[in-house]
Amino acid sequence: MVDISKSFFGVKVLDEVSFAVLPGEIHALAGENGAGKSTLMKILQGVYSMDSGEIRIAGSSVSIHSFQDARNLGIGMVFQEFSLVPELTVAQNIFLDREHKNRFGLFDEKETVKQAHIVMESLGLHIDVTAKVSTLGRAYKQLTEIAKAIAGDAKILILDEPTASLAKEEVEALFKVLRGLTSRGVSIIYISHRMDEIYKICDRITILRDGKRIAVASLQEITPNEIIAHITGRKDLEMLAHDGRSSSQFESPNFEVEGLQVGTRVNHVSFQLFPGQILGLAGLMGSGRTELVRALFGLDKKDQGTIKIDGKEVIIKNPRDAMAHGLAFIPEDRRRQGLIMEHTVKHNILSTNLSSLSHHSFLNFPKINSVVHNSITKFEVRPGEANREVRLFSGGNQQKVVIAKWMATNPRFVLLDEPTVGVDIGTKVEIMKLIRSIAHEGKSVILISSELPELLSVCDRILVIRKGEIAEDLNRNEIKDEDHLQMIVQGIHV
Amino acid sequence: MKIANLKKIDFRSTLIYWMFLVIFLAFSVILHDDGFLQSNNLLNILRQTATITVMAVAMTFVISAAEIDLSIGGVAGLTSVVAALMIRDHGLVQGILAGLAIGFIVGSANGLLVARVGIPSFLVTLGMQGVAVGFAALVTNYYPVPILNDTFNRIFGSGTIGKFPGLLLWSFTAVIIGWITLTKTTFGRRVLATGGNRDAAEFNGINTKNIKFQVMLISSVVASIAGLLYAGRLQTGRYEWGAGDELSAIAAVILGGTSLFGGSGRIIGTFFGALLVGLINNGLILAGLPVSQQQIIRGLIIILAVALARKK
Repeated sequence: MVDISKSFFGVKVLDEVSFAVLPGEIHALAGENGAGKSTLMKILQGVYSMDSGEIRIAGSSVSIHSFQDARNLGIGMVFQEFSLVPELTVAQNIFLDREHKNRFGLFDEKETVKQAHIVMESLGLHIDVTAKVSTLGRAYKQLTEIAKAIAGDAKILILDEPTASLAKEEVEALFKVLRGLTSRGVSIIYISHRMDEIYKICDRITILRDGKRIAVASLQEITPNEIIAHITGRKDLEMLAHDGRSSSQFESPNFEVEGLQVGTRVNHVSFQLFPGQILGLAGLMGSGRTELVRALFGLDKKDQGTIKIDGKEVIIKNPRDAMAHGLAFIPEDRRRQGLIMEHTVKHNILSTNLSSLSHHSFLNFPKINSVVHNSITKFEVRPGEANREVRLFSGGNQQKVVIAKWMATNPRFVLLDEPTVGVDIGTKVEIMKLIRSIAHEGKSVILISSELPELLSVCDRILVIRKGEIAEDLNRNEIKDEDHLQMIVQGIHV
Repeated sequence: MKIANLKKIDFRSTLIYWMFLVIFLAFSVILHDDGFLQSNNLLNILRQTATITVMAVAMTFVISAAEIDLSIGGVAGLTSVVAALMIRDHGLVQGILAGLAIGFIVGSANGLLVARVGIPSFLVTLGMQGVAVGFAALVTNYYPVPILNDTFNRIFGSGTIGKFPGLLLWSFTAVIIGWITLTKTTFGRRVLATGGNRDAAEFNGINTKNIKFQVMLISSVVASIAGLLYAGRLQTGRYEWGAGDELSAIAAVILGGTSLFGGSGRIIGTFFGALLVGLINNGLILAGLPVSQQQIIRGLIIILAVALARKK
């Protein structure tokens, strides 16, 4: 792609961006949300047309006006939100829209299964292609997506945050498949916010910022700090250092969990939380962290166990009970659980605060407007337009809206589940600062994160969850560094 | 792209007023000699659309909560019959209360089946429609039941306030209460949140089951009020009253800019949507078309208008 420019209504989104991928290369595409990554990729897939510039494949200029064009040119996209039909089998999904037909022109199940097997074999995967997609785990869904693109003879494969929902071993399986593909000459464009993965799997990186190409480099020649500086444009990015509080400053717990049991996912969990404390929950995907906080918030039924607030037992059967006891929950999937995407910022903030912002069930608009205005200012939601639908905001700003609407409930206990997933680095830093300031106000925080540096930077104490149990209960100063915590999470003892 | 989205929404949100204006002007010209613009005819349009308006206001809440109610026509018919019988045998108050009780009973049943049992409202209310119409036909043996109580007829539809039909008061009241409830109360926000994203609403502490129950209940009770209006205006209870009104009401709601997928509702739009449906009916009658042709043209116009108004 050479000198690609694109404006939307006078706003230049891409400014003469050039982007080149070599055969058999895995090329990282990095940049904050809104830097132009997705616009660039959408042009490559024919979703948007460019204003000027040229796309060349294997040296010859091509024009891409539709998704079909892109597919015919061998450009495949592995969607972040899976594009599979859950009720069809793996094989049927792989050949969706390219079904094998028998001599009567009817769908040929046998041939489809056979061909799907061949595709899977070529990827070195052992997936039952006759299984329904709905029965697969997320990693296998993702791999099926890749198989689908490969079966369509993709020469260039675009992956957008492919590991966002995968556990570590699943990521390894994915990487193995990707490496196998490159040895066949397939080029891969890898969009990710995760620095460690970029270094692990990619050959080169292109960094975009504000619609311009800032840097292209081989990953052997660039340090993570340089990449982050290019992405954020802030040379003096303060890396999140721990501010070194110790748990001795906490006097008596205000939130206690004893013997909590939720099905088989959470096993006899007990812990205490103190005012102003940030408690981290570390653990692999599926270890039961999310199930634990869901049960605390009353979303799932507790089979056993008690919750005490200020020493008194409380019954939390649903989110309404939880909110009445001062709990707030920022869920991991903000699009599905956190926000009503088609509603405005104002209405989303209002949705958690209906009773405090009304009088005898009539909405108090002056109060609503001032609360919303304060929230937008305090949490730096950009752009600060209260009447804009949240779907039109970037991922990071959407997350700020979720945090804002919960903080407006003035909670005493704040539960956050992966608050920085799919958020650019600049906003990540802001969110971490927010979490700290929440704790400084004397609120207690429970933070789930798969990004260990995040936990290490803000938590006072970290519980490591394994198979639904608390495997380790550590003070922050007992943990040396990220590698140390990683070993504990993985269950490797030194 | 973003700006384009905003513009599209803006265009769609005012579309109903443009459509109303264009069709009104078109009829004014084409049907001028048929007396379209005479005040009697215009009042007639308002009177005929009153029952649809009342039901469509409640339907706006149902659709905003991402549900549907296909039983309102049947409920209106059954209510008219039950009220007529009770007035004949027991008296005015008993008749009105029995009519409203029909709405409560059907609405509670719909609400329980949708919110608690979890059956899609489309199926529940489609079945309930048949049950309601069947009952109405059964208890009257298909015969109309005349209503001779003047007070009832005057209150529900036959009366006038000065020069204006009393039905107008009913439809304006419904629109005003509906508008205030949807835009100014916590209930309205809860309905919209439930329809916009049920998971997120539940995470926000909104009892979405209760909300779904309540909108189904409201819809039925309001349909029973519409049934009383039919009974009063036509001074009869008959199982056929209200037949097909669910489609007119849904068309009015969607024409008015409410999203068929829930999460956004527009009461004023619904009002104009109902007026537009009434306008089209009236125009086609004035044009002297046979009923068969009226039906075809009405169906096509509604499909076209809804296609234009549809919010993705």
